[in-house]
Formats: sequence, structure tokens, C-alpha cells
Amino acid sequence: MSQYVLRRLMIAIPSLLGISLVLFVVLALAPGDPFSELATNPNVPPEVQAALRARFGLDDPIYLRYLHWLNAMLHGDWGFSFVSRMDVDTLILQRLPATLYVIGSAQILALLIAIPVGVYAATKPYSLFDQVANTLAFVGFSLPTFFTGILFILIFSVTLDWLPFVYTTDIKATGIHYVLEMIRQAIMPVAVLGLFQAASMTRFVRSAMLDVIRLDYVTTARAKGLGQAKVIVKHVMRNAMIPVVTLIALQMPAVFGGAIVTEQIFRIPGIGSLLISSILSNDTPVVMAVTFVFACLVVLFNLIADVLYGWLDPRISLR
Amino acid sequence: MAPLLEIKGLKTHFSTDDGILQAVDGIDITINRGETLCVVGESGCGKTVTAMSILKLIAMPPGRIAAGEIIFEGRDLVPLTSNQLDEIRAKEIGFIFQEPMTSLNPVLTVGEQIAESLRRHENVTRKQALERTIEMLKLVQIPNAEGRVHNYPHQFSGGMRQRVMIAMALACKPKLIIADEPTTALDVTIQAQILDLLQDMKERFGMAVMLITHAMGVVAETAQRVVVMYAGKVVEEADVDALFADPGHPYTQGLIRSIPRIDLDSAHKTRLEAIGGSVPILINPPVGCRFAPRCKFAMDVCTDKEPLLRQIAPGHRMACHLGDTQLGGAA
Repeated sequence: MSQYVLRRLMIAIPSLLGISLVLFVVLALAPGDPFSELATNPNVPPEVQAALRARFGLDDPIYLRYLHWLNAMLHGDWGFSFVSRMDVDTLILQRLPATLYVIGSAQILALLIAIPVGVYAATKPYSLFDQVANTLAFVGFSLPTFFTGILFILIFSVTLDWLPFVYTTDIKATGIHYVLEMIRQAIMPVAVLGLFQAASMTRFVRSAMLDVIRLDYVTTARAKGLGQAKVIVKHVMRNAMIPVVTLIALQMPAVFGGAIVTEQIFRIPGIGSLLISSILSNDTPVVMAVTFVFACLVVLFNLIADVLYGWLDPRISLR
Repeated sequence: MAPLLEIKGLKTHFSTDDGILQAVDGIDITINRGETLCVVGESGCGKTVTAMSILKLIAMPPGRIAAGEIIFEGRDLVPLTSNQLDEIRAKEIGFIFQEPMTSLNPVLTVGEQIAESLRRHENVTRKQALERTIEMLKLVQIPNAEGRVHNYPHQFSGGMRQRVMIAMALACKPKLIIADEPTTALDVTIQAQILDLLQDMKERFGMAVMLITHAMGVVAETAQRVVVMYAGKVVEEADVDALFADPGHPYTQGLIRSIPRIDLDSAHKTRLEAIGGSVPILINPPVGCRFAPRCKFAMDVCTDKEPLLRQIAPGHRMACHLGDTQLGGAA
């Protein structure tokens, strides 16, 4: 197993190199760079601009700049953000916790809703519960998060004034009040993101369960007199979860993408809003770093999916 | 002595988009203790549905036991809830399914699948259950049972899996084993081994076997008594010798003639006989005899009046108008 993971990580190296190359080239071809702002600044003489560009190697050919970036990355130097005036890695580490907190909680919420609802709906297909769950799920994934987010803000912040609509990292409270405030301000973004995820996941769990529930070995389990609960949990769920796990793991990158929108709506100072603001301000080193982090996450979650797959399904041997 | 299992007037219906499908339509089957009863008929005759109805293993809905009694050791199983039936499933009545390739859970070890039945029905520890499981695997002649008990189904061949299924069905020493076409999915050589094994086990534990099959060869080898089903009805019932010596119903005669024979010399070799047509779909079945459209002896009365089971010899009953003196028909 550990050998398999190690080999997969080795295979990940060339793919990450490839991804970084594509990202770098695309960004290099895009108009604007961190110094384009200087060009419009009349206080900076053109020769100073040229000297700066030369010093930072911005006029070098792309392959040299890429090798330069790669070399720096390998030495743990993620670059410098000219807009924020700080190192990119510090910046990302500053922003990452908020994103992980919101996305993690949203995923947990989604699983806590999707698995019980999907499983129960599948045991009683076409019952009232199933139909209500299906309808709600359909509504849920038809509504985009930027719509439900604003709707939530309108209802819970503006009209009812129950929850804050701006997420802040500098809460002026300590101890239990700090914790409560952290939870309070996360409720809406977590609910918006989590319910959206839960909607599609519920449908998927239900259909995966229905695929398994009709199989012969479930009848075998019933013929052993194990009882409905045990048959469902031990024999049906265990098998139905194999595709579900894959889907969830492979969906994670999309979840991060969706979080970018949610972070914008609720002003969460996370990695997603960092990406957007740095794109807008031509902060190339940050854009490069954040997109590269996303790429690493995709590779990581693919690996997690494969390992879980092998663990859930003994027919797949990880060698 | 009272029979072990008595099915009386069982009707199992399925609701479909096209109407009610009467898969089993009023059948009586009796199984005595320690006896092997074969239920034969083509695919779609209601054999499997009959077997599955006994322990309510059919999908409900759309399936439904519309009428009848299933009396097991003096107790009617039909009104019991699924929870109440769980006490009888595997403990009193064991099941062997047709497809060993799909009837075992791929993500659990075979040992776990046998042991869970023991742990459910008998007051045993995990360790005792494992020991008994290994014992069962040895009994069904799985080599290296101690090692194989921790293997997954995909590590076994079809024949070996069917042995595992038999071990599973026998684990709690039930009084009745229902084997639904246990050899259909297997090679001919393996078929014989599995049938021998079943026979062996039956003798060792003294249980009754209800063997469902469409192969008359299997019937001849294993059965003591035979029930022939056609289109959801019992058309003939007899001891195995009487059935092969003097088959009454044209359908039974057809089934017997459709067995390939190698004992005839080349002068007598003829094309293997088949019964023309196929089993009707049992939504709004026609009145009269359901076999009439395929029967070469069909008379006018056959499409008007349903033949009822009647005794034609001691212990030999059939449902056919042929030779019925009250109708004046010719045999």
C-alpha cells in the first residue's frame, strides 16, 4: 500500500511539471504583468522601469523565466507579491485556513445530509420521503450558489439581522465568544456551499444504492435473516459507497472552484478571493502560485480516491 | 407425520405497467421431512417465484402474495412480518441461489459471509463462528479451508463459490434447503460434483431439499418426488420413478423427450424433440388449459375449461383433460 502511494506520488511529479508549464505559459502570454502598472505611472522614469524589468528578468525568453521560477519553487521560494508587498507563500498560508474551514465544514455538512437521505430514499423508492427528497435535491442543484448566497444574505442578514454577512478574520473577542463568532459567521457560506453539494450528492448516493439493492447478493443477505438495517448498512452501503467516494474525491477541485464564487459573495478572505483579486491586479506570482496549489489539490484528491477505492473494493489490488 | 412444508393455494402476483402478472397462480406443494422434491419447468413457469415466496424474498412491491398459506412446521409464514421471518431465514430454511458469481458479496470475505449467519442465529462468539465456518468449508470440500476463509469471492471459481453458498446455507443446520437451479450456471462436470455434494449433505444432516431445476437429467439423478410446473400452475406431481415411467401430462412428456440420449443406437437416433412455442406471459392468461396452445393433443375442451389436478394413480396427480373419463376424452 505505502509502496503504491509512493509510486503514485512519483507519477504525480511529471504531471505537476506539465501543469505548471502550461500555467506559466498561459500567464506569460496573457497581457499585463506586475510592472505594467509602473508604465502608466508618470513618476517613474522609463529607464528605471527598464532597469527594474531587466533586474527581475521579465524580458527574458519564456523558457528561461520558467526555469527560473521552477528553480525558485524547488528551493521553497514561491515568489513575491508586488501588490500585497509580501511573500506569496505567507500570503497563501494566511488565506488558506479560512478556505479550508469553510470548504471542510461544507463538505461535512453535505455528507451528513446526503448519505442518510440518499440511503433512506433508496430503501423506499418512490415513497413520499423519496419524492420530497428528490424534488428538494433537484431544486438544490438547480440554484447556483451566487443566487442562494445573496438570497441568504437578504433573508438572514438584511431582513432578520441574525447573521453577519461579511466574514472577518479579526474577530474582536476571545475564548468561547471567538469560537461562537467563528461559527456564526460561517453558517451562511457553509450552508450555501454545503446544501448545493448535498443536493447532487444525495441523488448520486440514492442511485448508487438503488443499483446495488437489486443485486443477487443482497437477496442472499436477506435470506440469512440479517434484518433490514444490517443488510442495508453492511451489504448495500458498503458496495454503493465505492462510486460515491470516487465522485466526492474527484469533485473536490470543483468544490474549490465553487468556493471562489461563495468567497466573493460572503467576502471570505480565502484563497479563492485571493485568486480573483490577484488576477484583477495582475499579481502574476500569486495567480501562478494559487492555480498551482489548485493543481496539486486535484492530483492529491485523485490519489486519495484511488487509495480509498482500493481499500473499499478488495477486487482492486493496489500494486 | 405432518409434512415439513405445506404450500396451499399460493398466489404470487406482481403489479406491472401492463397489469397484474400472475407469476404463481394457486399452487399446492408439500415437502416431507428428509425428502428431496424437485420442482421442474421451463424458465418463466414460476418456480423461482414460488421458492422466493416461501421466505418472502421477492421484491415487495411490486410483488405480493395474493392468497394462500405456507405452513412450515405447523405455522403459517404468509402473515409473518419480515422481522419475524428473519428468525426462520437461514436458521430453519436455507437458500442456495442460482448464480454463484453474483450471489456473494464481492467486498466481504467468504468467511465473514458464512459467519455472519451463524452469529445472527446462534449464540456464538466471533472465534467460535470462525471455527464453525472453517469446519463448514472443509465439509463442502474446499481445500485449505483455514486459509481460504479469509479470501474474497473473486478469488474462487464458480464451482468453489457454489460450494461456499452451500456451506452458507447449511451453516445453521436448517431443516429445509431450497436450492434454486444450483447447477445451472456451472460446467457439466462441476454440476455433477455439486449435486453429489448436496446429496451428501442432505444425508448427513437429514434435511429436506427443494431443488428447483429445468433439467430433467438433474431430476432423474436427485429427486424422490417431482412437481412439474407450467405457467404458474402445478400440472403434474408424482414419485420420480412413476413420472419417468409413465408421464401423464403432455408437457411432462415433452420435457422428458427433450433430454438428449446417447444410449440409443444410430438406427434409432432422431432429432432431439423440443416443445414448440414458449411459456405465455401471465398477464390476463387465457381460460382453459395454459398449455393448450403448445399441446399436440389439444381438444376443444382444453381452451374452454381449466383442467384441475386429479389423481391418476396412487401418489400421482396431473392437471390434464386427456384420459379424463368424465369428459369422455380419449387418452
